[in-house]
Amino acid sequence: MRLDTLTALNAERAARRPVLLVTDPADGRQRLVRDHEIDADPLAPFLRECLASGRSGLIADAEGRSLFIAVHAPPVRVVAVGAVHITQALVPIAAQLGLDLTVIDPRTAFAAPERFPGVRLIAEWPDMALEAVGLDAYTALLALTHDPKIDDPALITALRARCAYVGALGSRKTHARRVERLRQAGFDEDTIARIHAPIGLDIGAVSPAEIALAILAQLVATLRQGRIAARAGA
Amino acid sequence: MLSTEDDILRAAEAWRHEGRSVALATVIETWGSAPRPVGSHLLIDADGLFLGSVSGGCVEGDVITEALDVIGDGRPRTLEFGVADETAWRVGLSCGGRIRIFVERVD
Repeated sequence: MRLDTLTALNAERAARRPVLLVTDPADGRQRLVRDHEIDADPLAPFLRECLASGRSGLIADAEGRSLFIAVHAPPVRVVAVGAVHITQALVPIAAQLGLDLTVIDPRTAFAAPERFPGVRLIAEWPDMALEAVGLDAYTALLALTHDPKIDDPALITALRARCAYVGALGSRKTHARRVERLRQAGFDEDTIARIHAPIGLDIGAVSPAEIALAILAQLVATLRQGRIAARAGA
Repeated sequence: MLSTEDDILRAAEAWRHEGRSVALATVIETWGSAPRPVGSHLLIDADGLFLGSVSGGCVEGDVITEALDVIGDGRPRTLEFGVADETAWRVGLSCGGRIRIFVERVD
């Protein structure tokens, strides 16, 4: 690999932009394909499929050459808005799953470091904090405060950033009112439907730990939907 | 923190900037039960120092030996290991899987 290719690859990853490295193992020739270059690439269908599944692998091109496509998708981050009991229960499970967690809550009594040892904690309003965090298509946003003043701005930012997963705590009635507010804010039905609410898989969860499990199970299922779809089609 | 693939590629860049000669090994194909997934890296320098893993320890020794040749002549190689291939390679994977590894020099 040329050092400039490696440097460019690392720069894309540091900026949390997806990038693919195409290698011909027969002669070692390589090229980098950045996210915005995929559509114009002769291997576009393969590249899109690899990126969607997040899986690297060998493919055969039109001339029958075997090429290795290495996928470098940014690691998924989880941003929880609401430093609540459920969020405390989320911490160890998210760590086990290798999910990088940031917790945001403007209420300093909730966002106390003693309640979240070792967790990145931002005691600011979501509109300020989320700008610093920088939401993207590889971020999951969980709105967990039950307070529209805090949750709504976070959800709006997440929908605009096309976050990989958006979930909001609250009953169906609470969500119906939330949907109405989002409509008035100008969001269409398809966009609003991207919010998982009530948040989490329906496993009959009761305790904070069970709710945390239901939320992260739904998040994993969303991230792995390519695999689920592939199995359903097979 | 040097356990992820990201860190290996950053280390590769850092090692080159330190002036070290470096080879990068990448798992490009696996069959059966392979210990490390496709895309896993092993980074090797000219002194045989290494970082990361391509098999969890089973074949690293042979990959390092090949990597030193790659550092020497700059020609990339594809290696294959596995119990089904014992005539070609003296080492195998105890788990019964097979892996193909691409080794290249970082120029």
